[in-house]
Amino acid sequence: MSLMTFLKATAATSALVAVAAFATGLTAGEAAAQIRIGSVLSITGPASFLGDPEDKTLRMYVDRINAEGGVNGEQLELIVYDSEGDANKARTLATRLIEDDEIVAMVGGSTTGTTMAMVPLFEDAEIPFISLAGGIVIIEPVNPFVFKTPHTDRMACEKVFEDMQARGLSRVGLISGTGGFGKSMRGQCLNVAEAYGIEIVADETYGPRDTDMTPQLTNIRNAQGLQAVLNPGFGQGPAIVTKNFAQLGIEVPLYQSHGVASKSFIELAGAAAEGVRLPASALLVANQLPDDDPQKQVVVDYKTAFEAEWNRPVSTFGGHAYDGLMILVDAMRRAGSADPVAIRDAIEETTGFMGTAGEVNMSPDDHMGLDLTAFRMLEIRDGDWTIVQ
Amino acid sequence: METFLQFLFSGLTVGAVYAIVALGFTIIYNASDVINFAQGEFVMLGGMCTVFFSLWGLPLPVAAVAAVIVTSLIGVALNKLAIEPARGANVVTLIIITIGASIFLRGLAQVVFDKQFHRLPSFSGDAPIDVLGATLTPQSLWVMGGAAVIVVVLWYFFTRTTFGKSILATSHNRLAARLVGINVELVLLTSFALSAAIGALAGILVTPITLTSFDAGTMLALKGFAAAILGGMGNPLGAVVGGLLVGIAEAMGAGYLSSEYKDAVAFVIILGVLFVLPSGLFGRRGTERV
Repeated sequence: MSLMTFLKATAATSALVAVAAFATGLTAGEAAAQIRIGSVLSITGPASFLGDPEDKTLRMYVDRINAEGGVNGEQLELIVYDSEGDANKARTLATRLIEDDEIVAMVGGSTTGTTMAMVPLFEDAEIPFISLAGGIVIIEPVNPFVFKTPHTDRMACEKVFEDMQARGLSRVGLISGTGGFGKSMRGQCLNVAEAYGIEIVADETYGPRDTDMTPQLTNIRNAQGLQAVLNPGFGQGPAIVTKNFAQLGIEVPLYQSHGVASKSFIELAGAAAEGVRLPASALLVANQLPDDDPQKQVVVDYKTAFEAEWNRPVSTFGGHAYDGLMILVDAMRRAGSADPVAIRDAIEETTGFMGTAGEVNMSPDDHMGLDLTAFRMLEIRDGDWTIVQ
Repeated sequence: METFLQFLFSGLTVGAVYAIVALGFTIIYNASDVINFAQGEFVMLGGMCTVFFSLWGLPLPVAAVAAVIVTSLIGVALNKLAIEPARGANVVTLIIITIGASIFLRGLAQVVFDKQFHRLPSFSGDAPIDVLGATLTPQSLWVMGGAAVIVVVLWYFFTRTTFGKSILATSHNRLAARLVGINVELVLLTSFALSAAIGALAGILVTPITLTSFDAGTMLALKGFAAAILGGMGNPLGAVVGGLLVGIAEAMGAGYLSSEYKDAVAFVIILGVLFVLPSGLFGRRGTERV
């Protein structure tokens, strides 16, 4: 069989399958009207710690919404595909969601890489896409149909610098991971440092698989007039940095990023984590929030529901998926329709929405709608998070 | 001065681990001419097994011993199930088999254990020791001391015991060894078990410092291999010196040049040495028979 015949045969078969699927779709549609929403997540692969809780969250809440009568009298149908963290695969799957599954909106894209690979497709198809990834490039410049729910790394830098400013610290040493997250956050921190009167007196890096950062930290310790150290990065690197930092007896405050905002960081770094500060979502300290905190209800409800259903600790990443789905459902209710363009317009008008990441106020130039109050500054004390007042 | 000392301590600690991994390469290479790329996985298994055995309720020392035993058994199984059936194959095929085995072991660890990072408590506390202004954790001493003990024990085993000598004899000439009555199969089996055991030991010693996860072995295998090549493949002394040199080069590179280039610094040194001494620092000088 020549390549062409093979391709034709494959095309014909997939067309048949598509027709068959379409036919079944129609029969199902007659039984109960359905709104199809799609999701491409990194459920397996290196970013599975993002995609896995996102997937669990979406499935759980779509079931709940349907049990309560759906949206605008119609049931939601959620179609989830696994990109395995691969941008090429994400693009293929997004094409399938748009062309074969004919979704009206998408909540997904666990990483900045997979999100950016899918953005052009949703722009062309004019279907709203709420991303769950952190990178600021997703919403800057603004793409009409693209939104995102998590904080950006620039906000994390600003939150940290704000806290340093309040403590009168201005001479800062940076030690960043060279992975995507650390590199991007390092760049953002260097950009905004000046606005907060912060001077970067040392700028070191380490590789994602490095196991010893004492040489870099020794150089930082030797920097003239060092007052604080900030470590953008995630994975095991920050835990080793924290241990090495304690080993070298460096006496200035150490700040970590929101990339390590999980219990496993405290476990890995052990006693060395005492006194480390980091910006994080309110979800981590749900039960410690004061009762009059407007966010308390949302985060406690989500945490309780997730932990009861899946019997594992809640993560901020699943929270991003919760926010994305709820913003979408809220928009569909306000629009009173499942037309993609109407949904898009309604998402852009979201104001005063309280999610796990904070209060969301979207506008035509801000497709994230969070401000710095969304982050809480936490300090690790006695092996647990405490809120810095 | 104290900065230099700090870099040196850092390099020696990391280098000691590379040296043990390189020794593991050397033992198997000597006995079977195979470069065993699953060597890093032995280190990972040592750490991960100890972590999980102690999570399952075993006291730490027992968990560590059990981890060494389990890892040696896996080393033996690797020889029995993957290397021995392909005995007639050429060396390249055997090396590819070990690469396959390393991928398999990594996958297995992901399924049996998990994909998270894990730590072990330091053996004797975390209070740093001050040496001339530089600091050292007690665990670093454990790593360096452990490496030294392993080297001495191996040296004694290979030069003072009959069985150790029979391994050396097999490495020099397998046919002649068989003719004088050495059980070559047993020698191969022992070398895999031994190599896995010291790998596991390295993994246990270093996990409190570096943490471990299912894929922690990949980079260690690469660095250990580079160390073995630098020292001269097949020479135990070379493996130790090579490991320490690579570790120190990395630490000095990260400290004095740029942390971006620390891996490059180590590999540039290796390339430089191999240009001048193609068989490594202590390698057998190759003689081609024409």
